[in-house]
Amino acid sequence: MAFLTLDGLTKRYGEVTAVDSLSCSVEKGEFVSLLGPSGCGKTTTLQMIAGFEQPSAGHIRLGGRDLAAIPARERGLGIVFQSYALFLHMTVRENVAFGLEMRKVAKKELKARVERALELVHLGALADRYPRAMSGGQRQRVALARALVIEPELLLLDEPLSNLDAKLREEMQLELRRIQREAGVTTLMVTHDQSEALAMSDRVVVMDGGQLQQVDSPFNVYETPRCSFVSTFLGKSNNFAAMLESRDATGSVLACNGVTLRGPVAHLRPGPAEIAIRPERIRLAAPGEGLLRGTVQERVFLGAQWMLAIDTPLGGFLVARPNSGAQEVEIGAEVGLDWSPADMRILPAGEAA
Amino acid sequence: MTSRPWLLSGPALTLFGVLLLVPLAMTFVLSFNSFDFYEGIIPTASFANYAEVLGDGYFWEIFGRTFAIAAATTAICALIGVPQALILYRLSPAWRSLVVLIVIGPLLISVVVRTLGWAILLGNRGVINTALMDWGLIERPFRMMYTSGGIVLALVHVFVPFMVLAVWAALQRKDPATEAAAESLGASSFTIFRRIVLPQAMPGILSGSLIVFSMAASAFATPAILGGRRVKVVATTVYDEFLNTLNWPLGAAIAMLLLISVMAVMLAWNRLVERRFGEGLQ
Repeated sequence: MAFLTLDGLTKRYGEVTAVDSLSCSVEKGEFVSLLGPSGCGKTTTLQMIAGFEQPSAGHIRLGGRDLAAIPARERGLGIVFQSYALFLHMTVRENVAFGLEMRKVAKKELKARVERALELVHLGALADRYPRAMSGGQRQRVALARALVIEPELLLLDEPLSNLDAKLREEMQLELRRIQREAGVTTLMVTHDQSEALAMSDRVVVMDGGQLQQVDSPFNVYETPRCSFVSTFLGKSNNFAAMLESRDATGSVLACNGVTLRGPVAHLRPGPAEIAIRPERIRLAAPGEGLLRGTVQERVFLGAQWMLAIDTPLGGFLVARPNSGAQEVEIGAEVGLDWSPADMRILPAGEAA
Repeated sequence: MTSRPWLLSGPALTLFGVLLLVPLAMTFVLSFNSFDFYEGIIPTASFANYAEVLGDGYFWEIFGRTFAIAAATTAICALIGVPQALILYRLSPAWRSLVVLIVIGPLLISVVVRTLGWAILLGNRGVINTALMDWGLIERPFRMMYTSGGIVLALVHVFVPFMVLAVWAALQRKDPATEAAAESLGASSFTIFRRIVLPQAMPGILSGSLIVFSMAASAFATPAILGGRRVKVVATTVYDEFLNTLNWPLGAAIAMLLLISVMAVMLAWNRLVERRFGEGLQ
């Protein structure tokens, strides 16, 4: 049985349902992200697991016990808050020691465990500083040490990197993952940042409108999204409404805005559907060749790659092309768009234009 | 362009100079003059007035009483104001605006009117004593007018809002998640209050205490009405020297001594605060 199980977890505020019968599970030692746009219910879910909010329905089980009757202070979870919530009137050492003091850990052991936690986050030298005198990244580490020193069964991270600047955020992603592995602690992270979720997690739980959309490894969530929302929320995607006309064991045929396209093996019944193609899977060909004809509308240089906006009979396409060192096609150029049917995803009809 | 800041702050500086610095300097000079019943103020330069005040037990008693009243007022304001600020902090926004209005309500009424109200309540034939005697709870009136206790009571009423607002401001600067963090680490409600909330409210309590103490030590109207001639404080003594005895230089010397002693207490207090909470909370 899974270590942490959410079973039909629901939270209603009056008429509004913030979390709608969410069920998923986390294995011991796993790093799972709750990913979704703001207002999707991910933070409310975290609050319920932490014990700061009471579920309207459903169960939370951790290591076999039901958390419903256990107050927040006795759940023994490590929590890193978005604002870090450090005790500014205490030194780093006192911050980290607080949880152990509450557990009445003997002085000698307390000292050793605080030292160990500070070493884990590479803050041993700054133990006697006050948080105000520290940088954002250092405060983040203090918050992490404070949460980990109590050796929690479960570590909850609430948007842990959102207060850091872009460069530091990437460094901390790796660092956070290293610390989590070393501590071997089961971790649930809430984030709205898809690159963060993809880079750090063993599995990603994608949420929207209070409901679970998909749970899978980062690679699978990106490669085989189950619905329109997941395909566009994680990375960029060219989505178009289409009609699935026929399918067999070798592939499928779709009609999209008057253009007939070959697709991969479809699991849907023929009828309205949606197609999704990642920008980096599209190849440019000479005009008239490939599957579609288009005109380059916009060209953006991103360093490692070019992003092209191309107007086609289907609608606007985004195409990503690696920067090979050669000059890229100019704005206004006529091009052909080509992709292999295997790179196309067929999704249930959604709200795509 | 270096003259620009000076130019811009000119009006405020002029106001400050004319209304505060000049009178203060004149009082300071006056305190070194001497006084004669027949000749009036004589422009001498001696420490005679200071020597008279410092050498007389009568004045020591008045200073002692003034600071005792100020200290008691401050302590009681803190005891009442801190819980009040905590409640205010936890109220919903709609209730909060109503309660803030109630809290600062006393400040909207003139000190004199409010103090006369207290006189009506506290007098020997006042509302409280009459009621207690009518119910047969006491035989003779319980003396509250013309006592230090009565003055403290009325001063607390006036100054509690300053404490509440100072503490509330400090609480609002606090990260609300710190309480949740302490709870998740296993702290009980009482421990959260004592170890997390109170220390973060401390700067507010300390600055509120400074405000209340300095205002209570120099309060005039309340001690004048509720203390009368019997319970003199420094401010009423200064008033008497100026307007009854007409010994302005002596009054000026007492006023300067009050200023110096209040400033000394405030600086010492500030020093203490900085040493205690300086690094974490600035």
